[in-house]
Amino acid sequence: MIDKTVASCAEAVKDVFDGATIMFGGFGPPGVPARLIEALREQGARNLTAIHNGAGSDEFGLGILFVSGQVRKLVASFLNRGKASAFRDQYLKGEVELELLPQGTLAERIRAAGAGIGGFYTPTAVGTRLAKGKETRVLDGREYVFERPLHADFAFIKAHRADRLGNLCYRLAMRNFNPVMASAAKVVIAEVDEIVPVGALAPDGIHTPGIFVDRVVQVERHPRHFVKKGGAQ
Amino acid sequence: MKLTREGIAYRVARDLPEGSYVNLGVGIPSLVPSYLPEGCEIFVHSENGLLGVGAAPAAGDEDPDLVNASVEYTTLLPGACVFDHATSFHMIRGGHVTHSVIGAIEVAANGDLANWQMPDESLPSVGGAMDLAFGVRNVFVAMTHVTSKGEPKILSACTCPLTAPRCVRRIYTDLAVIDVTPDGLVLREVAPGLDPAAVQAQTGAPLRIADDCREMDIPAGFGGVRLRA
Repeated sequence: MIDKTVASCAEAVKDVFDGATIMFGGFGPPGVPARLIEALREQGARNLTAIHNGAGSDEFGLGILFVSGQVRKLVASFLNRGKASAFRDQYLKGEVELELLPQGTLAERIRAAGAGIGGFYTPTAVGTRLAKGKETRVLDGREYVFERPLHADFAFIKAHRADRLGNLCYRLAMRNFNPVMASAAKVVIAEVDEIVPVGALAPDGIHTPGIFVDRVVQVERHPRHFVKKGGAQ
Repeated sequence: MKLTREGIAYRVARDLPEGSYVNLGVGIPSLVPSYLPEGCEIFVHSENGLLGVGAAPAAGDEDPDLVNASVEYTTLLPGACVFDHATSFHMIRGGHVTHSVIGAIEVAANGDLANWQMPDESLPSVGGAMDLAFGVRNVFVAMTHVTSKGEPKILSACTCPLTAPRCVRRIYTDLAVIDVTPDGLVLREVAPGLDPAAVQAQTGAPLRIADDCREMDIPAGFGGVRLRA
């Protein structure tokens, strides 16, 4: 019998090694695997390369791994200038490397890795600072930048429901980067609100097929995954 | 008179046709939904995987799993859908989103857009701005005409790093509506009571005044700020 469920976040992340590359799903609070990130802080792996839309905040999400000094490089698109002060300080001191990508290029590089594509040409960033040093090519009269796939050793993702086969579904805006990241890493770990029996998820309501997922852990929602007074930020 | 921020949003909303799929940036563009004509079906797209975004929820009606690209609680209208990030940017880069209303630090006379890095900003951040500027056919800039120090933001050439070259179609400010054309900037409309020469005086690139240049049709409440001098 296939059973991808694991009992705890600690068990789910125990084999993350120093120097690993890890994708983290989420955009704003929705879809951030906050409990897995907390478990990784306790587990202590260092010199990590993190791939995420942003840098989280000092109190929530990926940001706590900058506070604990575990990240060496960040691949990201949008950095909230006010929120992730630990990341910002380490970046400005040169302790953390940043690879900044247009958000669509970030998503597509992850998608390409998951889809077995060796690279792609995108018009985004042609003639700008973010295309510096990258191969370009004119196709049918338009200039494009060549972008390579982004692979990872691990992907930490968050979904709403799962079954023991690793099938996942998301609520509303939880989906964001999670489905593409689930396809692009060697080991994919999902934290979910609820694990349900096989057959309880309708076949046409599964957003991430279990073939992509290695481990599933049921968690209590992080406080930031409830409505926050004064706004979601 | 110059327009309020809401007045700029109101004027942009008049130019969005029924059936359009519109991505709205942070700041003034995010005010546009309040001024869309009643009963007009326009779908608002959000980079994080939403199409059919509605108004902000009433206090107590927020859903923790539903935020927009500015990470504010939001709502979905009937007929809305949700999808993943790659699909969301297929809509943008693939030209399916018909309009992008976006803020700017600077716009050049040739349509160059700079809106992702201030000259004094040490931490760069780009988000979805480049994909929108390259992928969407109708890029509309909505911004104040000059900086808080009174310096022009519409220039002969951008000084800040570019988001995309030659992408802006139209510029909406508190003073004017300006088209970007192959022959340069064309002044289409001025704020109520404003002289075209006053707009030119606050613009860092030559404006050609359209033959049919007119005053904006704006409700009185949106044009309440009297210009100095």
